[in-house]
Amino acid sequence: MIEILTDRPDLAKVDVSGVKRAINIGLVAEEGIAPGDWVLIHVGFALSKIDEVEAKAAMEFLESIGKAYEDEIAALRDSEIV
Amino acid sequence: MSNATAPSEREQQVLDRIERARRRRAKVKEERITLAHGAGGKATQTLIEAVFLDAFRNPLLEPLEDAASFTVDGSRLALTTDSFVVSPLFFPGGDIGDLAVNGTVNDLAVAGAVPKYLTAGFILEEGFPVTDLIRIVESMRAAAQTAGVAIVTGDTKVVQRGKADGCYINTAGVGVREYPGPLGAATVRPGDAVLVSGPVGEHGVTVMLARGELDIEADLESDTAAVHGLVADLLAATPGVRAMRDATRGGVATILNEVAKAAEVAVVVDEDAVPVAAEVRGASELLGIDPLYVACEGRIVAFVDGAAAGNALAAMHRHPLGRQAAIIGTVRADPPGLVLLNTAFGGTRICDLLVGDPLPRIC
Amino acid sequence: MRFVDEFRDADKARALSAKITSLCEPGRQYKFMEVCGGHTHTIYKHGLEDYLPENITLVHGPGCPVCVIPMGRIDDAIHIARQPGVLMTSFGDMMRVPGSGGNFFDSNAEGTNIRMVYSPLDSLKIARQNPDMHVVFMAIGFETTAPSTAMTMLRAAKDGIDNFSVFCNHITIIPAIKAILDSPDLRLDGFIGPGHVSTVIGCRPYEFIARDYGKPIVVSGFEPLDILQSIYMLMVQLKEGRSDVENQYSRVVPWHGNPTALRAIAETMELRPYFEWRGLGFISHSALRVRETFERFDAELRYEIPGVRVADPKACQCGEVLKGVLKPWECKVFGTACTPETPIGTCMVSPEGACAAYYNFGRFTRTRVREASLSTVDDLAASARRVPS
Repeated sequence: MIEILTDRPDLAKVDVSGVKRAINIGLVAEEGIAPGDWVLIHVGFALSKIDEVEAKAAMEFLESIGKAYEDEIAALRDSEIV
Repeated sequence: MSNATAPSEREQQVLDRIERARRRRAKVKEERITLAHGAGGKATQTLIEAVFLDAFRNPLLEPLEDAASFTVDGSRLALTTDSFVVSPLFFPGGDIGDLAVNGTVNDLAVAGAVPKYLTAGFILEEGFPVTDLIRIVESMRAAAQTAGVAIVTGDTKVVQRGKADGCYINTAGVGVREYPGPLGAATVRPGDAVLVSGPVGEHGVTVMLARGELDIEADLESDTAAVHGLVADLLAATPGVRAMRDATRGGVATILNEVAKAAEVAVVVDEDAVPVAAEVRGASELLGIDPLYVACEGRIVAFVDGAAAGNALAAMHRHPLGRQAAIIGTVRADPPGLVLLNTAFGGTRICDLLVGDPLPRIC
Repeated sequence: MRFVDEFRDADKARALSAKITSLCEPGRQYKFMEVCGGHTHTIYKHGLEDYLPENITLVHGPGCPVCVIPMGRIDDAIHIARQPGVLMTSFGDMMRVPGSGGNFFDSNAEGTNIRMVYSPLDSLKIARQNPDMHVVFMAIGFETTAPSTAMTMLRAAKDGIDNFSVFCNHITIIPAIKAILDSPDLRLDGFIGPGHVSTVIGCRPYEFIARDYGKPIVVSGFEPLDILQSIYMLMVQLKEGRSDVENQYSRVVPWHGNPTALRAIAETMELRPYFEWRGLGFISHSALRVRETFERFDAELRYEIPGVRVADPKACQCGEVLKGVLKPWECKVFGTACTPETPIGTCMVSPEGACAAYYNFGRFTRTRVREASLSTVDDLAASARRVPS
């Protein structure tokens, strides 16, 4: 989560589990950054904005693998080869 | 159905060689003292064993517990000392005065003693504001009253401007050991449970942030507190307490390693089970450090008979300082001297002593 | 924490592990190199190797900027720190790296003022607070960190700070990967690509690996599930006979990198003709120095550094470990003469170094037992058969 400081436009406040820190957003300002965005932080600088669409896609892939795995187990558990 | 593969023989030989190397007699290789020697980790241990223990060696010192236990004319006593050099002197949740009283009270408590009398030695820097000194002393008065101890003797020295960082305090404490049973790391054995009395890392992170160099804001306070009441409740309710330690610099992980080494057992901890406040987790991620190695000042780690674990936990929960106590692991026979961590993720790794202070990880 | 916790889920890990195993050809050995030190650290910290079948080995690469600093450069840094009026700032993990006469902590014990910072910007703050001192920032890191140093110099220029300079030891990752690929000692099947470097340089620079050397590379995130998914993606490529650059870390890494960051680097720094990497020797065009237009911020010009090349201690085999030729425990001095407490080489000092990671996290006697229940389809079937009707 972000809140941009008004007097220093190259700085923003980020929140990590309730801990707030000022970081420099000079490297991501060009692509547009706004409160509510998630960023990758490295040595006091925001390096990259997290793409929520991609993140969602990544999670869905993992969920699908998990689901397929569970389905397989369930199917084999139910199957009885006599 | 499992598919087990023994590690290659060569790897095993190397691991054995390492074990032998670790057991070799401690020797300080550096010519000068560095900050690492004060961090509570490997460097500190080596310094203590190679320099202090070597020179002062006697049966009361050898166990290297938080306090020394002995008997004088039939009275069972515990004696401890601690020095406080924290910077900044004042921080959210307390100040150096609180630490000075609580730290020593806690070292006596975990020896199974009722803390009675404290000394207070001050080393003050030329130019230190008297109002600050009064503030600190007032904290000590209040902390002593809460803990039920009296400060009965003391000393004051003043050193030139530039030394002593404002104010250093040393306290020593004596208590009466009322708990009849033996207590100490050497009694810990396989099957024992490991408990911690509350969330870890709060003091260390609070102080790091209070130094103000980091531009980080967090709603965190030091956990400094006198835990003798909690300890008394625990001992009263639970037969089978083997050992307790006050978790200070080096954090919980350091204590687990000290006990594992002293008792020649393995301590296996579940990462998920260790209570950590969300802000401590967040700040630690930002700083690149591990909360398990960060100092506390009001938490104890207790090793109890496995069968009594539930009892012990309930006893701690009943006390205001133990509401978030948790069982975090167990003691096994193998591999001796090591602390293993079952990660939240399901793997297992070693949790070794750090050499010095936790250094932030950058990648 | 969002975007972190979801990628640490143990159940999904088991699922991925099963899929990876099912893609293994029986009897074939697979060797993947994770280039980045951060990945090495995650792998050991979370015990990820417990989730991989026996025939997959992970080889640790030279992507740890602390590990590849030659001892001579540490000595040079300490030399600068010893100059009157110098206050040196450094990241934490550099403080314990040994030069030929000790590390930064040892140096402080003898009177230098080397202070730990979390960000290069902290150096500017310290410079403002100490106008009578000259602050030198020990800049290390790959392309991940170089933009931050660049932005700091740009800021110093803008604010007219004149008591600040940089001792630049930034290095670039591509030449190192190429050196590994050209090394005859190593037969790798694929790469787990650097995560954070790629946020800056993007994924295009890796195309030569797939195109010219025929090896698949998957750019990976740093959470355990990220790494497992990347290994899965590598196995899929191998199974399908492909060699492509794929981006598993797409939520953070844009394919074209960060143009602002690259511009900042280009404005303030330029490639050195060659630079010494510990263990890998001299590699051409693999490191950065401060550009002439910013030379007032170049500590190497302000202070004459000895620039003496210090050979690694005879016993040290960091080079081979960094190239992935030796596993940490195969080094002759691992764990005995070289420990985290008494490190001989940098692989042991940096928490991301392979030796430190193995010593601190992985070193104990264990048998690699596959997940007791249900890791392959055959196991599933077998256990199903055992259920009484």
